[in-house]
This record gives sequence, structure tokens and C-alpha cells, in this order.
Amino acid sequence: MADSTYGNLIKNGLWGNNQALVALLGLCPLLAVTNTAINGLGLGIATLLVLTLSNITVSLIRNVVPEEVRLPIFVLVIASFVTAVELSMNAYFYELYKVLGIFIPLIVTNCAIIGRAEAFASKNNVLRSTVDALAMGVGFTLVLATLGAIREIIGMGTLFSQAHLMFGDAARGFTITLGDDFQGMLLAILPPGAFIGLGLLIALKNILDQRATRAKIATARSGVDASGAQPSSVG
Amino acid sequence: MQFPTLTSPHTERPNQVDQTMLMVVLALIPGALAMIWYFGWGILINLVLAAIAALLSEAMAQKLRGRPAFGTLRDLSALVTAMLFALALPPLLPWWLTVLGAAFAILVVKEMYGGIGYNPFNPAMAGYVLLLISYPVPMTTWLAPSVIAEHSLSFGQTLTAIFTRALPAGLSWDALTSATPLDSMRTQLDMNYTVTEIRESPLWGAFGGRGWEWAGNWFLLGGLFLLWRRVITWHIPAAVLGGLLAMATVFFLVDPDTHPFPLFHIFSGGAILCAFFIATDPVTASTTQKGQLIYGALIGIFIYIIRSWGGYPEAVAFAVLLMNMAAPTIDHYTQPRVFGHGRLSDD
Repeated sequence: MADSTYGNLIKNGLWGNNQALVALLGLCPLLAVTNTAINGLGLGIATLLVLTLSNITVSLIRNVVPEEVRLPIFVLVIASFVTAVELSMNAYFYELYKVLGIFIPLIVTNCAIIGRAEAFASKNNVLRSTVDALAMGVGFTLVLATLGAIREIIGMGTLFSQAHLMFGDAARGFTITLGDDFQGMLLAILPPGAFIGLGLLIALKNILDQRATRAKIATARSGVDASGAQPSSVG
Repeated sequence: MQFPTLTSPHTERPNQVDQTMLMVVLALIPGALAMIWYFGWGILINLVLAAIAALLSEAMAQKLRGRPAFGTLRDLSALVTAMLFALALPPLLPWWLTVLGAAFAILVVKEMYGGIGYNPFNPAMAGYVLLLISYPVPMTTWLAPSVIAEHSLSFGQTLTAIFTRALPAGLSWDALTSATPLDSMRTQLDMNYTVTEIRESPLWGAFGGRGWEWAGNWFLLGGLFLLWRRVITWHIPAAVLGGLLAMATVFFLVDPDTHPFPLFHIFSGGAILCAFFIATDPVTASTTQKGQLIYGALIGIFIYIIRSWGGYPEAVAFAVLLMNMAAPTIDHYTQPRVFGHGRLSDD
């Protein structure tokens, strides 16, 4: 496999094989809860926790699970951790728990988690599985929070509103407002805004990747043409 | 029997996009003038603003895509989009909404899908829906038509209102604005008035609202011009109006007190503009003849359904976008049989 080093694992999780932007997994919570940055961040962290714990467990039991029943067992593992996370959020972040509602139990069905369990954790040792889960989870969380922030700014003209749901009362001052007469574009908060926003984020990622590839080709060429001749055309 | 004889050349110059689009622009002019007559200078300002925004967006998109900037500006398709979009807007809409909607229509709905010929959705209607969903209050603030309005704004006053939201001293928004015929019909039906009672208000003319029905007639004239020049065929307009009329007639016959008479639906809102100019967009409509009949009829039926039971009083844009989505499927199932071949089995 190409992603043999830990550096590659991290790079893949955050960028190259980002679960939201490249694999397009877990789109249901991604599109449904990202109407504010804090909601996105909250669900992202919950997903990150479940992903890490389930990856570690699946990796630990990978040699004793019979091939034929591995999927039901993975789902059982994931469901247990989701229940644990749900109960903890109910206890410690009750307001955020109420806002995210059904999407916390639905983490069980997030394809990104079962995907990593099946594709990575069931074939790799605990340490590598942990790093993979952390990288993938952070990558997913970043997309959720970014999409939430974009939709919140365009739709309501605020950023980090209701931060106290997550960081306690001290965070009430975190909210940034874009001016009082800002008329939010309602569409951004409604479901179509999530689809359009995600599409634009994917497009942005593809543009950055293309630029990087072109720059790489250009440096390679200029290395070849170091004798002085200008490359006739680039890209 | 004598056959008409023609002298050469028998082959005409192939039909170009710019000629077609020019015809559409020309055909829109009578209706646009009527709208300006009934609803004031705001319509003209909207048209100009939308045209500038659309043409600049088009040029920008061409530059970003590394194509000659004037290549697709010259085919006038962006201008047609801008005109159809602007004619759907209320007269005193804040200027930045007009610009935002036109830019969205061109940049996102048209160019991001590949430019002219590739967009699955009608850009003008998608831009309109973006604004309607995002900013429902300014998008439903219509002026009273000039035939019944107590105040009218001069060109300068309209310009000030559009750019700064300031009205001349002594005038309030409430004094200027009036519900559209579709809107007031719907609201008052909800309040359990009968159609006959509702139509006693001076807002109403022979078929629809005063002013509105005449603007509709002028759009009809433009549409007939397009039919005569063979820019469009009869299938889609006939099917849209037929579908709408059929639905309206059935419900009118069931209960004439709570359902306005059928012609009301034709002459209110954007039904005629839609039938001749919007639904007939060659890129987003169905392409087979049978398909066009189905496509048009379903637009008409959806207009009636959404107007009567949907969340918004006017339904043309939603109906068109819904059917845009269905057009490829309709095309797939209505491919004409090729001469000499048997009926194609569905694979």
C-alpha cells in the first residue's frame, strides 16, 4: 500500500482521502447539521470520538472475529460507542445534545466509520488504526465546521453563535456579528445551501489539487530545462 | 395541381444561436414595455441592472475558463436570461438582489454546468427561486399597477428607492405596494371569502388583475411572433396553457365559489410568459415532440397545484425547475421510432 508511513496516513485523512470531500461518506449528518459552525464542530467531535474508539476496538479484535460475521460485529462495536457518546453528551452538553438531536444516534450509520473499520482497522495494528482514525476524524470535523461556518456567515451574518452550548458560559462572547443590518440569505441555512456549499468546497479542493500538480510539473520541467531554455508551455 | 416553384438558392443560412436569441429579445419587448407602463420605471431599471450583471458575469466566466470573452457574449443568451429574470422581479427590489440573482443565474446555474447548451436548469428561473427563497419579503413586495395606483414614482424617485430604499417625503411603502392578484386571491380564499366577493375589489379586471392581464396579452403577442418566426413550436406553449386550463376547469366545475375561473390562472402571474418564453428554452426543455407535450402539460399541472396548495402564491418558477429535472427522463421514453425499425424495447 502506498500509505505506509504515519505521515501519509495523516495526510490522507486530512486531505488526500478526506472522508467528506473525496470519499463523500457520511453526507447525511454533514448536510443536515451544518447550519452553524458550532453544530458542525459538535457533531464532528462526536464522530471523531466514535471513529477513534471503534477503530481501536476493531483493530484489537481483528484476529478473533470470523470473516463471515465481521460486519455485524463492527456495527455492534460502533453502536456501543455511539450509545456511550450519546449518553455522555446528554449528561454534559445537554443543550448541544438537544440541538443535534437525532443525528447523534445516527452516527452509527455514518459510512465513514464502518468504512474505516472495514478498510483499515480490520487489517492494521492498533497504533496505525488510531492514527488513521484521528486523521480521518479531524479531516471530517474540519469540513463540518468549515461548511457550518460558511453557511452561518452567509445565512445569518454571524459566526460561532451559541458557542456556549459547547464551551460553557465563558464562550458567549465568541460570537462575531457582521453588522446589524446584514440580511441573511435564507437559502444558505436551508438544505439546498448545504448541497451548494459542499459542492463549492469540493470544487475548491480540486482547484488547489490541480494547482499543486501543475506547480509540481513546472518545477520538474524547469529542473530538466535548467540549462537555460524556457519551458515552451506550462500546463 | 401546381406546386410552388422557388428559385435558387434553396438552402438557407443555418439558424444561429444569436439570431434565435435576438428574436426572443425582440418578442419580449412589447411585454416589457407593458410591464414598464403598468409598474413604473423600476421594471426598466431592473432590466438594465440584470443585463449588466449577467453580461459581466458571462464575460468573467469565459475569462476564467480561458475562452474568448466575447465568444458567448455575442450570442445574446445571457441577455435573454437577464431579461426573463428581470421581468419576474418586483419593481422596487433592492439593486443588490437583482445583481446577486443575475450573477448566480449565469455563474452557478449556467457556466458551472458548462455554459450555453449544457445547463440542466433554466438559469433565469433558478436565479429567481434563489432570491424568492432567500429574501421572501422584498421579493413579494409588488407595486400596485398604474391603472389603480394612487401614487406614482418618477424615474429619479424610483432610482433612489431601488438604490437607497428611501421614498419621497410623505409616502410609505404600504401606500405604494399592493398584493399581486394571485396573492390576494389566495389570502382571501383562505379567509373564507368566495371568488365573487373577492372580485368586487377594484384590483380586478376582466380575467385577472388589472394591468397584469394586459401585460399578459402583450407577452402573448410576443409569443405568437416567435411561433410565426418558427423560433418555437406550438407544442410546449399549448401544452403548458392546456394543462393549466384543464386543471383549473376541473376544479372550477367542482366548486366555483372557492376556485377562481380558469382564465384567471392564464392571465395572472407569469403563466403566459412561462408558456412561450421560459418553458420553451431549448436547452432545458424536452426535445422530442411527444416529450414536449408531456413536459409542457406537467408544467401547467404543477403551476396549478403549487399555486393552489403550495407555500408560495406564484408557482411558475418552481414548476419549470421541477420539470427541467424530469426532461432527460421524458426524452428517454419518448424517442421517436426510426423509420424501418421496429419498436425499441426498453433496455
